[in-house]
Amino acid sequence: MRLGKPLVASTALALITASAATAQTLTIATVNNGDMIRMQGYSSQFTEQTGINVEWVTLEENVLRQRVTTDITTNGGQFDIMTIGMYETPIWGANGWLVPLDGLSDAYDVDDILPAMRDGLSHDGTLFAAPFYGESSMVMYRTDLMSAAGLEMPNAPTWGDIRNAAEAMHDPANDVYGVCLRGKPGWGEGGAFITVTANSFGARWFDMDWNAQFDQPEWEEALSFFVDLMNSYGPPGYATNGFNENLSLFQQGRCGMWIDATVAASFVTNPAESSVAESVGFALAPDNGLGRRSNWLWAWALAIPAGTQQADAALQFIEWATSKEYIEMVAANEGWANVPPGARTSLYETPEYLEVPFAQMTLDSINAADPTNPTVEPVPYVGIQFVAIPEFAGIATEVSQEFSAVYAGQQSVQQALANAQALTNDAMEAAGYR
Amino acid sequence: MATQASRSAARLMMAPAVILLLGWMLVPLTMTLWFSFTRYLPMRGDSIERGLQWVGFENYVRFINSSSFWPSVQATLMIVGGVLVITVILGVLLAILLDQPIWGQGVVRILVIAPFFVMPTVSALVWKNMMMDPVNGMFAHLWRAFGATPVSWLSDASVPSIILIVSWQWLPFATLILLTAIQSLDRDQLEAAEMDGAPVLSRFFHIVLPHLGRAITIVILIQTIFLLSIFAEIFVTTGGAFGTRTLTYLIFQRVVDSQNIGLGSAGGVYAIILANIVAIFLMRIVGKNLDR
Amino acid sequence: MARAVTTRRKLATTALAWGIGLLIFFPIFWTILTSFKTEAQAINNPPLFWGFDFTLENYTVVQERSNYMRFLWNSVIIAGGSTVLGILVAVPAAWSMAFVPSRRTKDILLWMLSTKMLPAVGVLYPISLLFVQFGLLDTRVGLILVLMLINLPIMVWMLYTYFKEIPGEILEAARMDGAGLKEEILFVLTPMAIPGIASTVLLSIILAWNEAFWTLNLTAARAAPLTAFIASYSSPEGLFYAKLSAASTMAIAPILILGWFSQKQLVRGLTFGAVK
Repeated sequence: MRLGKPLVASTALALITASAATAQTLTIATVNNGDMIRMQGYSSQFTEQTGINVEWVTLEENVLRQRVTTDITTNGGQFDIMTIGMYETPIWGANGWLVPLDGLSDAYDVDDILPAMRDGLSHDGTLFAAPFYGESSMVMYRTDLMSAAGLEMPNAPTWGDIRNAAEAMHDPANDVYGVCLRGKPGWGEGGAFITVTANSFGARWFDMDWNAQFDQPEWEEALSFFVDLMNSYGPPGYATNGFNENLSLFQQGRCGMWIDATVAASFVTNPAESSVAESVGFALAPDNGLGRRSNWLWAWALAIPAGTQQADAALQFIEWATSKEYIEMVAANEGWANVPPGARTSLYETPEYLEVPFAQMTLDSINAADPTNPTVEPVPYVGIQFVAIPEFAGIATEVSQEFSAVYAGQQSVQQALANAQALTNDAMEAAGYR
Repeated sequence: MATQASRSAARLMMAPAVILLLGWMLVPLTMTLWFSFTRYLPMRGDSIERGLQWVGFENYVRFINSSSFWPSVQATLMIVGGVLVITVILGVLLAILLDQPIWGQGVVRILVIAPFFVMPTVSALVWKNMMMDPVNGMFAHLWRAFGATPVSWLSDASVPSIILIVSWQWLPFATLILLTAIQSLDRDQLEAAEMDGAPVLSRFFHIVLPHLGRAITIVILIQTIFLLSIFAEIFVTTGGAFGTRTLTYLIFQRVVDSQNIGLGSAGGVYAIILANIVAIFLMRIVGKNLDR
Repeated sequence: MARAVTTRRKLATTALAWGIGLLIFFPIFWTILTSFKTEAQAINNPPLFWGFDFTLENYTVVQERSNYMRFLWNSVIIAGGSTVLGILVAVPAAWSMAFVPSRRTKDILLWMLSTKMLPAVGVLYPISLLFVQFGLLDTRVGLILVLMLINLPIMVWMLYTYFKEIPGEILEAARMDGAGLKEEILFVLTPMAIPGIASTVLLSIILAWNEAFWTLNLTAARAAPLTAFIASYSSPEGLFYAKLSAASTMAIAPILILGWFSQKQLVRGLTFGAVK
């Protein structure tokens, strides 16, 4: 037991020092995406300016969701700022779990936030989270491979165009696959992608009476098209590829096309990270001739949970991190292509930024997204790649797992849709919708 | 003979452990039981302060009628069973091998024991990315070297992959216990059998294996306790997709993803019942073995 | 002649044992090796076993992004604290079970083990609520308490089987010499029990160090141990194999080294009375 005493003593000591150091320190939960990690690096400047220390809890997206959701529902109060998205913000705001952001200063210019982002992060007209970056989705393609195949990508392609291009560029013998798309289970991963694809095929999650619609022909058509496209021209093992996996594949030059978040554009055109930086073209997300494009709308935003003791300091940090000045600072240090995109109107009025090849296409994609009318027929919900009801995360995670099992060849399209239909209706019944 | 005084002293000494564990078990269990009979959807504003609505056995019925329930029980049994079979069989063989005179036994033992010290999150990440990744993983390199198409392990062979990862973590434990047991084997008896010309297999089945019976039981008991609740390995690798959603994981999804605490708690009660069935079953065997 | 055969046989078993040992160790070896490569070399095809540029850059990057020492320190405090606390509770309990057994001893022991079968996810919500209520969230005290309770059954059982091996005659002899309960424990049992306690301490430290459910769910920043540290590296954008390897190596190195140095004690205690 020689070990014992010093350990006990040091435990006590450490506990005392820990509680003394909490005076003015913000604890921020965030996702381990490139832009956030960059912000983490710059946060020492915030500390210098204000004297407020910042503690980071950087987690992978799934773990982050789990942690912050448990914390907010149990009123844990472990975080002073949480990084959440367009799905969580209005729901949590409505429950009174977030501090309304109505104390933002005039210099911050809240009206400069892109209207699409501001609407998505508000409930009843009150802003509950400030967007750090915003995104839609678009087609990124290899201009060199396209011209080698004698094809030209239209500015606004259809799914048929995508299929033809994938077929022409597909060259598995040389490790080049026609198209890389998300198949990874999880509502924010493959679930989001198949939902927007289904939207463009006229499918929807629910009818106006909250009945699941997976038994409708539109879903079967959309899912079958996706599975066939990916089985024919996708990379092997696409059932486990999400955003990061596809990004890595595209950067290594393994994909002819990649349809994904607009923020990816800055990573695939960065010569330091991407071997194909010089030959990437951009186009709007495809449609299927029904007047709905398959692009989503999302923002990673900073919000203040109602349980915090340091709401003022937290607001100060949010103002700093989502300000025009922050964007200018990143631009000065790392170039305009690397600033957090999609959050502010003024960014898209900056001439230097408009020279960045993907700037206009990003803005057009964001403007083309309509969360209140995501698909052809009317729906009772808001949200494009998600349904803004609390039950959605749970349901869609399971539904996307059923779909991913199709991608992995473990079940048929029809089986997956039947399972999805049953489990969705079951969960909606449990939640009292039906 | 223990005196009355030492008996009451003994009771006093046992008290802290018993009271602590009783509290650890009863308090959350009572809360789980209570929640399982209520409608508890925090996202819809339900909370203890506002009072939870009593719904009787609704959650229990819903949980067991869900299409995911039986597959999850099946996945649980498959993974636990698979890992047990692999670790026990390989553990016995490895223990026999390490018991032989070899050069550098100490180092080999260190190599074999190492996975036991690796935290589950890390071992899942390492296997997922460094070994099983269909593009950059070691297996993919190996497959390509032999001209085969790399396998997407975690989607195409998900359950075996999970079993492999977990077995890798637990094989050291099984090997160590079995090795210690083998080392206590009566050498003379074994040599006498060898002299009598008994073949290797018969020596193994008639002398070695019976001697190991007790150690094998311990391995199975301890491992089952830990395996029934494996979580990190699945969370990191497949997230419960591709048929790897165990009962533990299903409950996690109900509680954390769906934020349906009542339903998840009902699932928790089922899991406790399942664990206790397994426990009673195991305890019977081990209990007998504990009497010496 | 017979000697030649055994040498040849020893050679064969040695080769086989080393082969299997290296195979089992390979994932760890590969991770450590990769942590010293650049990101580009980490995904080189064919994989590089030698001839890469040895770099410590990944360790620098990881350290810059997360304060490794704080996570490490939290892990040490939590694993150490829960072990010390656990030993304080488990030793008396195991002692009384081993030396003053009653009819119910075995039942109590088995009941203690069965509490370990309570699925953690099933009680996540109740425990979270209790932690909020008592202000234990993100505190080392809270985690020490939980991990102690989780490992207590295993500790009691290990100590029990160990104590049972201590021959009762020695106690009888000590009593004859007029030793009281206190002396009996202090001067007779303790010296004999030290190895058993040492192995229990080791196992408890390892289990607490590697526990990844409660440590992740009940901490944010201040009390977060290495399990939380690794959670932020599970899938960053772009190339990350080398950084992941560096972070993994940093997370497992301390416990791996501790385990290797103390493997004799650990092995001795791990038998749970499995060996007669």
